[in-house]
Amino acid sequence: MNRETFILIPGRTTDQGCGVSEGKFRDKYQKEVRALRVAPGDMARLGLAEGDLVRLTGEEGQSVEVGITAAKKDELPEGLLFIAYGEISSRLMTGDTHGSGIPTSKGMEVTMELVQKASVAT
Amino acid sequence: MTSATTQAHAPTPSEPGQLKVIQDATCTFCGCVCDDIDLTVKDDHIIEAKRACVLGKAWFLNHSIEDRPSCLVEGQPAMLDEGYDRAAQILTQGKYPIIYGLSDSPCEAQRVAVSIADWIKGTIDTTTSVCHGPSGMAFQGVGEVTCSLGEVANRCDLIMFWGSNPAESHPRHFTRYSLMPKGMFLPNGRKDRTCVIVDVRKTKSAKAADIFIQIKPKKDFEALWTLRALAKGVDLDPDQVQRETGVEYSVWVDLMERMKGCKYGVIFFGMGLTMTRGKHANSEAILALTRDMNAFTRFAAKPNRGHGNVTGADNVVSWRTGYPFGVNHSRGYPRFNPGEYTTSDTLANREADCAMTIACDPLANFSQPAREHLAAIPFIALDTKETPTTRAATVAFTVATYGINTGGTVYRMDDVPIPLRPAFPSPHPSDYDVLTAIEQRVKRILGVQG
Repeated sequence: MNRETFILIPGRTTDQGCGVSEGKFRDKYQKEVRALRVAPGDMARLGLAEGDLVRLTGEEGQSVEVGITAAKKDELPEGLLFIAYGEISSRLMTGDTHGSGIPTSKGMEVTMELVQKASVAT
Repeated sequence: MTSATTQAHAPTPSEPGQLKVIQDATCTFCGCVCDDIDLTVKDDHIIEAKRACVLGKAWFLNHSIEDRPSCLVEGQPAMLDEGYDRAAQILTQGKYPIIYGLSDSPCEAQRVAVSIADWIKGTIDTTTSVCHGPSGMAFQGVGEVTCSLGEVANRCDLIMFWGSNPAESHPRHFTRYSLMPKGMFLPNGRKDRTCVIVDVRKTKSAKAADIFIQIKPKKDFEALWTLRALAKGVDLDPDQVQRETGVEYSVWVDLMERMKGCKYGVIFFGMGLTMTRGKHANSEAILALTRDMNAFTRFAAKPNRGHGNVTGADNVVSWRTGYPFGVNHSRGYPRFNPGEYTTSDTLANREADCAMTIACDPLANFSQPAREHLAAIPFIALDTKETPTTRAATVAFTVATYGINTGGTVYRMDDVPIPLRPAFPSPHPSDYDVLTAIEQRVKRILGVQG
């Protein structure tokens, strides 16, 4: 797939919240904050499959690599991505808070590109 | 608050192997601060948390006694006194010391942290600055028409959520406070209410809504001003409204009619507003809309607060300094300037030269430039569990968990103070104990009497 621009929404999830209490180095938290939800329509259009590894790059070139998972039907409109708020999503924020004290942490413009197909990794 | 007072809140240990029940314990995982939890305790474990939600159960059942030293200095186990001494040295030797976090600490500990910031002419900031800080700025700009969650439960017949997903962030919000309760003026509970949810994503909460409105990402401001215009009877171009918000004009007209027609409406808003494009302008828009609606009916707005005592942090820092977060004491008096004295900025701009973090994890949740700078300066970290931040700290304290091991006071998201009823004692010091010991040493170094 070619590199394409999306809007990323990091947010709270049940597993992320439970994972904080269990411990941030435990599997539940680590797995949850590394799973990128993609609209099924975008996955079909781009030929992506569950577990594919993609790279997200923010506006200042900062990047992370995450596995993808299909969002539930109707959860996300095409063009929108979701990831549980945490260590990975925060790496995509810039240092600039635009005078507000808070970096833009939701609705971030990112590019997504395929790094490795899940079928290759396994 | 004296140490004698906090001692009065200390839990008593149960007999080994015996079950102990703590009634009406307070859950401090999220801003709902549910204070009706019955805990069953065996030794140093909670084995049941009756009435707690999924997040509350995870909170109570996973906080036992951490098998770690109470103090680490440069990664090595150390005596507490050594840690207190080193922490006080770091904070008094810095030219731009910052103190950050506090949203998972009781008010008594928050108060001591503000005192330390004052003594060292430092900057104090809380995690509010990276959640509802923009709402705090908006409160100052347009005011806040507010209410308690008790009013919501007893009176509100139109419940709106905007950019908030309580089904996952505040799981008992619907059942305990907003949608389901049978109230004084809502005898049929849910049947007497209309629920409207506005979001860019069809969240799990959307299932609870009578009306779900999915707007375009980054268009909250435009959507809110559409409603403000409709409230004032301003003519709008329906095509432009749909183009800007992604929602048909008629949907907004219908919503405004419902808002004007309700007996008592409330909008709970979340970080979908404050963390996205517009930030404080979005919060100002929702607060101004709420104010506008009071020309027609009773209406209030409440931010859905995340951490258990983030509201307490706003209150304590406000009553100590006059400002809710991002407060600098370098001139000997408090100054407030989000974007300058907020921790994301003091770190990313490489201004802070030492830090103390309390019950927060900036090395996991901050931008990369801010993380890199924090990792490069000496800092002290207090937390109940091991985190990326405690791992990198010059001095790390493992502290007892508030509400489980220690007492005190927290503020629910509607600014109602709630006492904590701890379950079992911890061998680790509380953050109040640690901060008090550091404050004493700071005062000694600075030659402050008393």
